[in-house]
Amino acid sequence: MSGPILSVEGLGMRFGGFRALHGVTASFPARMLTSVIGPNGAGKSTFFNLISGAFAPSEGRIAFEGRDITGTPQHRFAALGIAKSFQITNVFPALTALENVRIAAQALVSRHDVWRRRDELPGLAEEARSLLEEVGLTHRAGAPAGSLAHGEQRSLEIAMALASRPRLLLLDEPTAGMSPKETVVAMELIRRLARERTVILVEHKMKLVMGISDRLLVLHHGELLAEGAPEEIRAHPEVRRVYLGERA
Amino acid sequence: MRAVADWFFRHPVLGAGFFILILPFITPYTALAVMILVYGLYALGFNIMYGHVGLLSFGHSALLGGGAYACGIALVHLGLPWGACILAGTLAGTLIAFVMGALAVRTRGIYFAMVTLALSQVAYFGFYQAEPWTGGENGLRGVNLRTLGIPGLSLDFTTPAVRYTVIGLLVWGAVALLARILASPFGAAMLAVRENEARAKACGFDVRLVRLQAMTLSGAFCGLAGALLALHLSIVPIETLHYTTSGVAVMMAILGGSNTFFGPFVGAAVFLFLESVVSTRTEHWPLVVGVVFVLFILLARQGIWGTLVARLR
Repeated sequence: MSGPILSVEGLGMRFGGFRALHGVTASFPARMLTSVIGPNGAGKSTFFNLISGAFAPSEGRIAFEGRDITGTPQHRFAALGIAKSFQITNVFPALTALENVRIAAQALVSRHDVWRRRDELPGLAEEARSLLEEVGLTHRAGAPAGSLAHGEQRSLEIAMALASRPRLLLLDEPTAGMSPKETVVAMELIRRLARERTVILVEHKMKLVMGISDRLLVLHHGELLAEGAPEEIRAHPEVRRVYLGERA
Repeated sequence: MRAVADWFFRHPVLGAGFFILILPFITPYTALAVMILVYGLYALGFNIMYGHVGLLSFGHSALLGGGAYACGIALVHLGLPWGACILAGTLAGTLIAFVMGALAVRTRGIYFAMVTLALSQVAYFGFYQAEPWTGGENGLRGVNLRTLGIPGLSLDFTTPAVRYTVIGLLVWGAVALLARILASPFGAAMLAVRENEARAKACGFDVRLVRLQAMTLSGAFCGLAGALLALHLSIVPIETLHYTTSGVAVMMAILGGSNTFFGPFVGAAVFLFLESVVSTRTEHWPLVVGVVFVLFILLARQGIWGTLVARLR
């Protein structure tokens, strides 16, 4: 597949007088894992919220598979083929892990039907089970999502995002708050998911994504500082100064 | 005991039917049993918003009262047959709920409660002013349904047993319909919105539309309850629209257990039973009901039915 799956042009966001993001133009090739990195306050979360539809941008345009989707309401994104996981864990806490994923899968086919019985919708429970298996949560299927460990909830969120069968998966700091061991497992999972679809990952920890990303985008003070393959980014003098420099 | 309870929880519709069947035999008089049916339905309708969508409405009096007035007006002023009167009440509740919902679903939490309260006050004064149609301050009098014409049959609605049977069957039908709706894909959409709005949106649910649909459904059930209330009382007091009527639904749902399907109905039964027993002894009966309510909030958050469900499961 050639051509970008997602492209942004002159993307900008203002919150009152504060300019969180300005003039970002970039494109994301299909079937690749692209990571968006940058120091604290670089505009990563704003960028994520714009491309995932949480807010409409104050400037610029967003195109998905060649279609302009600027200003499309959040709830339409799943049907378009874009799914996301949140930086702060967001599940349906009182419902079981299985029901969480089943509802996410149901949302794609039936939302307002009051006549049918939902357990008669074909295939949803099976699909939810296989997604739980994919993220390694089969043994927790019957547990309320709120009772799962933090790392398990994050995996559950990924399963819910996958339930809408996205062609583009957006992950906002998917390993935030995970233990080192959980992080390794999660990164392995993300790598595996990226084989079959496009993944855009927003991450604070540069080291973590260097090894698994095909491409990197570096944001700094709300602007695009650099983009390229991991080795190019590693060698980029500006990036070294603003990002790696602060650690050395 | 556990087996009986389990059966009851697994078959809520049959369980509700059993409850409606024995209710007139455990209440001191049939009129109280009818009130429990009507307010039970009202509390269940209210709980669609509170328990299932997670929005506290303080304006449901407009839905019960609107349904009651529409049914009464259809009977008194338009002389429609009884079935059409009940339908008019149901539709009025639905319509009022749709309008309230369209204006209120952008808000949540305390703001939703305030907006719905304000809109129900608009309804109160609207009906209060429309005196030629509603009787204003005196309420709508003369909602007298004496005979029920069913093809091939004519029933005397003034007989307590007939009245209870007819209203009981309608309420049971509504309960069965509600149970079915809660088991539908839309039932899951409501839970998703209640549990986590941001995640529900990311999954693809239009949160405002789900809330509006739920509110409209809630209005249909509360409007039906209002219509039955008007036929039972033969009058629609203006107090039906008063905001305290909205508060009564909140108390019933919480007292019975808003996290269960049948809890609000049980709450309505206990509330009205307490009222009827205590009010014969002291005019300060709300004080006693209030103390019971506070005790449940402090000691058994799940409510009467919710606690029972948790214990027996």
